[in-house]
Amino acid sequence: MAGHPGNPEPLSPRAKLAVTAGKAAAAVSRAAGRGSGSVIGGRVALKLDPELLGRLAQHLDVVLVSATNGKTTTTRLIAEALRASGPVVSNALGANMPAGITSALAGGSDAKYGVIEVDEKYLAGVARDVAPKAIALLNLSRDQLDRAAETRMLAEKWREGLSGTKAVVIANADDPLVVWAASSSANVVWVAAGQEWKDDAWSCPACGGVMQRPGDDWFCGECGFRRPAPSWALSGDHVLDPHGSAWPIHLQLPGRANRANAATSAAVAAVFGVPPQVALERMYQVQAVAGRYDVVSFQGRDLRLLLAKNPAGWLETFSLIDPPPTPVILSVNARGADGTDTSWLWDVDYTRLAGHPIVVIGDRRLDLAVRLEVAGLDFRVCETVDEAVQLSPPGRIELIANYTAFQDVRRRVGN
Amino acid sequence: MSDSSLRLVWVYPDLLSTYGDQGNALVVERRARQRGLDVQRVDVRSDQPIPTSGDIYLIGGGEDRPQRLAAERLRRDGGLNRAAENGAIIFSVCAGYQILGHEFINDLGEREPGLGLLDVVSTRGEGARCVGDVLADIDPRLGLPQLTGFENHQGVTHLGPTARPFARTVFGNGNGTGDGTEGAFNETVFGTYMHGPVMARNPQIADLLLKLALDVNALPPTDDRWYEALRSERIAAASQPA
Repeated sequence: MAGHPGNPEPLSPRAKLAVTAGKAAAAVSRAAGRGSGSVIGGRVALKLDPELLGRLAQHLDVVLVSATNGKTTTTRLIAEALRASGPVVSNALGANMPAGITSALAGGSDAKYGVIEVDEKYLAGVARDVAPKAIALLNLSRDQLDRAAETRMLAEKWREGLSGTKAVVIANADDPLVVWAASSSANVVWVAAGQEWKDDAWSCPACGGVMQRPGDDWFCGECGFRRPAPSWALSGDHVLDPHGSAWPIHLQLPGRANRANAATSAAVAAVFGVPPQVALERMYQVQAVAGRYDVVSFQGRDLRLLLAKNPAGWLETFSLIDPPPTPVILSVNARGADGTDTSWLWDVDYTRLAGHPIVVIGDRRLDLAVRLEVAGLDFRVCETVDEAVQLSPPGRIELIANYTAFQDVRRRVGN
Repeated sequence: MSDSSLRLVWVYPDLLSTYGDQGNALVVERRARQRGLDVQRVDVRSDQPIPTSGDIYLIGGGEDRPQRLAAERLRRDGGLNRAAENGAIIFSVCAGYQILGHEFINDLGEREPGLGLLDVVSTRGEGARCVGDVLADIDPRLGLPQLTGFENHQGVTHLGPTARPFARTVFGNGNGTGDGTEGAFNETVFGTYMHGPVMARNPQIADLLLKLALDVNALPPTDDRWYEALRSERIAAASQPA
């Protein structure tokens, strides 16, 4: 990269050197067959110039996207919407910590917008470094409890980190933890994006009181902390804008959670002057994100690949799969990137799969087997995805897997 | 038992159900039904009174602030102590285990009184968090096979004279005291640091609670092959840490 032509403040020699060194490291990493190299490249660059991330971002209108679930997809939807108004740089492959973000921004010298997915734990720091114009907060729920911070503490960190931000915060009014985190910001656009999973917000993030949740509403019975009035809303397969107009959502991606992501993305696009109609039309372009939701042909069968990493994700996934007797294959691992504790399987209501023929695979198929046995479901246990597919009765197969199990399946089915 | 049905009380799922420990309630319920027992499961939220007529009470793990809130509300409510006086069987995990003791360190770094149902005192460890698979030998008086579980805590729990160690660790930390103890129990109250959840990996603990609650020596057999397969795998895994 040779600086930012046309930008008022070109990168300093140090920043340029850092970007070049980072790209060299990435190229070496790629040549060694160790992934895209974006993370190692970013790491090298940040070491040479710790303020590089902020410097790279200062020429961009930046949107940050964070959440427990839906970050990658929403980042794609927003990027697609904003392309209506100018070139976009984005960490579309989900490298969402500072090094990966730095690397992604370094590759977008001509961009007008930066649409950046940020890991929940790094949001406050990245928001400080890149002075974003907008921050989208989708949801917070339990995830990898063996190593991640407590869920409510994450909300607290967001709240502290975002207080005083100049960004417009676009936040989910239906998630009490997100509302708590966002309400320290001066300028919040509330979106009624819904959230099926409720089990991380039964106690009030403000005072610890017991949350009351009649219908779609919620409030704390003790301190008065309550659901803010949303200006945007997801309503079935439409987005309601602040003027009350309903815009149809057309996505190639399935499920309520993705319609919620589209509603939030439309609200973000509006901050940048892209009208909801234009934004939503463009979102139709977004296909499978990093293999998620992809339908692949394998052994003469159609397999839909669904990623679900935590209880909230599994719940949303159950609501989008085809009804029985569609066969379902479940795969769970507990390697480093998954979290090494499988206890969370017991927070997932597997009785929702009643009526589906079920096959379980993955490193931790025996944990799943006991879980399903106790849920009173019929299931079979297989060693491999090949065997599981052969055992599944006819019809398209829904395959639901957690993080590394999903990567294993993708590798095997050639996706 | 209070009447013809077994009352299973799941205490404060709004505060203490963060680490999959509701699996313990599911396993106890399932194994009771498999024996033809009529089970009434009662989930009690922390703004509701704890019923005092339950047969088995289960309490799970939770994060630091919910743990303090749970202790405050349980002390104020008093129902769990009355249930214990009535001879109810109480089984607790992690944060719930600490609450049943005399005191623990709360999220504010202060000493928080517990319910005094177990003769234990918990503090916070100085070192790294204890995270990983555990293998332990359960007190032979209980007649149970080896304990397998997953621990994820920073607590250190010291046992007083009227509490016995639930198990002796073979691998892992357990009570974190360095003396190889894991959990604690007396006649009717049990505590452990084991998640997994612990009953999924050790269904015979669920059976022990049922036998104590029903005052019987044996239960009809169940088909435990998946539990057994999981147990073998996890016991092998604990013996060969990654």
